[in-house]
Amino acid sequence: MAFEPSPQLLEYTEKVIPRYPQKRSAIMMILHALQREVGYISLEAQEWIAAQLDLAPIKVREVVTFYPFYREHPIGKRHIRVCRTLSCALNGGYQVCEKFKSEFITGLNEISPDGRVTVEFAECLASCGTGPVALIDDDLHENLTEESVKALCDQIKAETPAAPVPAAPAHA
Amino acid sequence: MVHLSKPPVHPRERRIILKHADEPDYDASLETYERHGGYAELRKAYAMKPEEICQEVLDAGVRGRGGAGFPAGMKWKFLDRKSGKPIYLICNADESEPGTFKDRQIMHKDPHQLVEGMMITAYAIQAAQAFIYIREEMPHGARILEAAIEEARAKGYVGKNILGSDYSCELIVHRGAAAYICGEETGLIESLEGKRAYPRIKPPYFPAALGLYMCPTIVNNVETLCHVKHIIAMGGKEYAKIGSPNNSGTRIWCLSGHVQNPGYYELECGAATYGDLIYEIGGGLRPGRSLQAVIPGGSSAKVLRAGERFTGKLRSGDAFDWGIEDIPLDFDGPAAAGSMSGSGAVIVVDDSVDIVEVLANINAFYAHESCGQCTPCREGSLWMKKITTRMVNGGARTEDVDLLASIGDQIAGRTICAHGEACAWPTQSFVAKFRDKFLEAAGRDPAEQKKRPFRMV
Repeated sequence: MAFEPSPQLLEYTEKVIPRYPQKRSAIMMILHALQREVGYISLEAQEWIAAQLDLAPIKVREVVTFYPFYREHPIGKRHIRVCRTLSCALNGGYQVCEKFKSEFITGLNEISPDGRVTVEFAECLASCGTGPVALIDDDLHENLTEESVKALCDQIKAETPAAPVPAAPAHA
Repeated sequence: MVHLSKPPVHPRERRIILKHADEPDYDASLETYERHGGYAELRKAYAMKPEEICQEVLDAGVRGRGGAGFPAGMKWKFLDRKSGKPIYLICNADESEPGTFKDRQIMHKDPHQLVEGMMITAYAIQAAQAFIYIREEMPHGARILEAAIEEARAKGYVGKNILGSDYSCELIVHRGAAAYICGEETGLIESLEGKRAYPRIKPPYFPAALGLYMCPTIVNNVETLCHVKHIIAMGGKEYAKIGSPNNSGTRIWCLSGHVQNPGYYELECGAATYGDLIYEIGGGLRPGRSLQAVIPGGSSAKVLRAGERFTGKLRSGDAFDWGIEDIPLDFDGPAAAGSMSGSGAVIVVDDSVDIVEVLANINAFYAHESCGQCTPCREGSLWMKKITTRMVNGGARTEDVDLLASIGDQIAGRTICAHGEACAWPTQSFVAKFRDKFLEAAGRDPAEQKKRPFRMV
């Protein structure tokens, strides 16, 4: 099925392409906008982007598959990324990650059974002086402890309705 | 919205770049920036000839704050101005070297300072267009910068006919997507072209000649570009008096790990030592702990072991005999001690953790971030990760210690970009300096290791 861009995405795409001296440079910004809106970047969406930029679809997919942030499969409603790298790890980053996982009874890099979250490790989030840190969607949370993680998880559970996803991802 | 904390300024600091950032009523707006004298240097610079600005920056001797420490004025001098192709300016805001969090402060708290520094630089090099390449993990930072650019454009500081001159330059924010290699300038350029961030080989692809779209390009770090504004304010020769010879200006040091007061501290180069930073400014180690190691300039910098002595002759001819605590906080100090100041990220490790696990954590980072172009780095970084993880988990062999060192030795100098060195230096230095601990780790029992309460891999 062909990808149907929303009017907002179409408008953004038309606005962002001419900002660059060469069209191809707009790939990453369009991917960001698309992933933010849809949640992930399907092969059909990649073909659509390729058409906007007069590129072969593989030129888009090689970008999608290179950068860790882009994904071809859906994730949970909230995206939790715990910093894994040294300064955070020295101060308990791994324990923080375990706490997030156990609160949502989930493993790493998967949709939690209640559909609410996907917990991942991220590499250095550039806030080493306030580690351990985690990004929840766009927001950075600093100086995390088991207690503050519990509070954050309770907040996510209160804000985000559970929506278990039994179906396989679109491109499994 | 984002609320970065505003910690108190330590009395030892000399704040130039972060002068206002942590004042309680200072915000990211243009109004606030102008109330504090903002964009005065832009006006001053646009009344000068571009080559005069370049000369001031050269006279200032300001060295790049991103990691390599290359003099910015020299970089600009290498720019190919005869090709007739458009010139591009890129701000490297992909702050990703583990331990570094200084550019985050500038961009979130004082974005107009970066915009002003960039528009002065753009005029000085006569750039046709300018870009800020910011890492994806700072979405608020990208929005703050975009808002700042809009405000500046409305005032005629960015865009068409800047300050009524006949010079025009657009500035746009471009977002990365969580790849460390985009901090390498040629990888960043490939990424900005809409490709995988595979670094280019130098020569011939020096950005100053063959950069973005194969046009002459200058890539500078956030902090470096901010210094340009202050160089214009003071004059290059006056600026050069701050700090010590060959180490001019202030630097923002990022202190993290096992210290009581981690944070960022802007200090005059050479006016303090690593000991001052860790014990006086940083409040020292946690009670009852002793120092095990210091990583002096981001996780790729060679580690310093507690108790180590560093001896030799300085550029000035004077002999030195330092412990870690005596090393001057500047560019040349850590280099004289066999390591580097890199991105200014100082990571302190106390005796509560297993040093082998510290390296295993670092190796996992570099293995994840290798772009995969060059075999020694792609394969080697993964092997180093596997061996150190095995040492941590138990089940490694004694001969793995030498194997580990030899893999590191075979990567450095054999790759297109400096990621080869960045991933090899930690392994080479940790194994050389903590050989006893690695030999000990090689004999560990997996069943026992499973029970360890604190993990870093």
